[in-house]
Amino acid sequence: MNRVQKQSQIAIIVLKAIAGFVVLILAFLIGYIFITGLPNVSWKFLTSPAKAFSSGGGIGVQLFNSFYLLILAMLISLPIALGASIYLNEYAKDNWFTSMIRTSIEILSSLPSVVVGLFGFLLFVVHYNFGFSIISGALTLTIFNLPLLTRNIEESLASVADDQRQGGLGLGLSKYETIIHIVVPAALPGIISGVILCSGRVFGEAAALIYTAGQSAPALNFGDWNPFNIDSPLSPLRPAETLAVHIWKINSEGIMPDLTQVSSGSAAVLVLAILIFNLSARYIGRKVFEKMTSMN
Amino acid sequence: MQDQKLAKQLFKKSKTARYERFGRFLCLCALLLIMAIVIGIILFIATKGMSTFLKDHISMKDFFTGTLWNPGTKTPDGHAAVGALPMILGSFLVTILAAVISTPFAIGTAVYMTEISPKRGAKILQPVTELLVGIPSVVYGFIGLSVVVPFVRNVFGGSGFGILSGTFVLFVMILPTIVSMTVDSLKSVPTYYRQASLALGATKWQTIWKVVLRAATPGILTAVVFGMARAFGEALAVQMVIGNASLMPHNLISPASTLTSVLTAGMGNTVMGSMQNDALWSLALVLLVMSLLFNLLVHFIGRKGAFSK
Repeated sequence: MNRVQKQSQIAIIVLKAIAGFVVLILAFLIGYIFITGLPNVSWKFLTSPAKAFSSGGGIGVQLFNSFYLLILAMLISLPIALGASIYLNEYAKDNWFTSMIRTSIEILSSLPSVVVGLFGFLLFVVHYNFGFSIISGALTLTIFNLPLLTRNIEESLASVADDQRQGGLGLGLSKYETIIHIVVPAALPGIISGVILCSGRVFGEAAALIYTAGQSAPALNFGDWNPFNIDSPLSPLRPAETLAVHIWKINSEGIMPDLTQVSSGSAAVLVLAILIFNLSARYIGRKVFEKMTSMN
Repeated sequence: MQDQKLAKQLFKKSKTARYERFGRFLCLCALLLIMAIVIGIILFIATKGMSTFLKDHISMKDFFTGTLWNPGTKTPDGHAAVGALPMILGSFLVTILAAVISTPFAIGTAVYMTEISPKRGAKILQPVTELLVGIPSVVYGFIGLSVVVPFVRNVFGGSGFGILSGTFVLFVMILPTIVSMTVDSLKSVPTYYRQASLALGATKWQTIWKVVLRAATPGILTAVVFGMARAFGEALAVQMVIGNASLMPHNLISPASTLTSVLTAGMGNTVMGSMQNDALWSLALVLLVMSLLFNLLVHFIGRKGAFSK
């Protein structure tokens, strides 16, 4: 074997070692989260309210807040992102206006989430005087979510074959009708996967929420579903600490004795939820596709 | 009379045409809303951030070169104590160190995934990196707090909080981002490049080093810049492990702070409109400008090295 071949072999061994090391780090991360966290997760932990000074607190309210904010943010951002991506993919011409809009979406997606959070604080909490509330949080999450969701939806619209559009136009439908009745349904599996993937990102976001949805989770009365009562779970004007914010909050200034257990349990629940989002995105997208095309 | 009616009917837009215009208008509105948000964010934060200099008459020089951060008070030599240099330096240090450490690891892993063992790469590494990209930053911060900080304390001494811990946390955080983007750019290198190189008698390593990596350089650079942008803007994970002392970083294991950590820790403790608060908004403006610069850099690299197919 000559020198060059030996060099090649050594280099490949080094590369394998690097990859192995990275796998070890990643495996350690995931293992650590679940092994230290899951033993602390129980039904009681998931449903009982948090305690500030004594041990035995749960994450019930925070978990509810996280899902409530996620659903609200998605309800607001989905129509906007859908409209924007339809325009970008179907109507927009290749000119300076389009490229300016694309650039601004790119800028929005690369902004640090803490900057988005501060903007939400300035606009919704201070200027519109919503205070630290669900509604401020949901609107801020919408801003955080829009660029990625728009890009995801645009990609799934772009993957619809042009035959479908020509078919619709050939039948005498207008362009908009073709889009709404043919292109969007055909892109639905991709859109659903995109929405679920974005949900995972929104679910774990904390920096944008600290100064918008607030850092406190007042006890909720789960028997009262009138959104106009302040202690109703649905009230949009109550402060709502989410699970991700809770982990940050108790680790920065928490004083409960079982702090480590609570935070590792919360971290495990958070990662588990995101894992479920990721896996279900693929599964549900495929199922919808099979159902719509009757391909099995 | 009848002719006129007919003419009117023929010249009127049909219901479908009106519906078409309405739908198109709605979509355009959604798009314009997103653009308005971006312009709004930049304008709002720029005006708030500039008021330190315009309203409170702090000189830019004091802000960018001062080393004492205690807004509202004065330094011993009579300047306003709004020196942001420790935070700016802290942000740059953690970002650059994290990028320097994770780039070789990320490139090695990506090369393994695409060139050496594509099957295993696709089966194990791909899903794992995808999952890790999605792990929330607070979880990284929590692990940093419970694993990295004690580790640094035991090995390097000190309290464990500091730039080094921040670097380790960010290293793990941006690793999956850089890996997945590098994999994409390696995959976009045409296969005939490799075939040509191997046919010339080059070894596998020579092909990787002299052909594939060279051809993918712009893409890899973009990946690294993206990772750095993420590290620079990361708030909570860093804030949890860096120690939050607005001092000039003397070594890597003494408590320090970054732009984001001061923002998250301080914004709740100041009154809107006060000078202390304005100074924080100036930090946010620095953060915003840096994020725009990273964006520009990505554009620049992308234009220089786009693969013509």
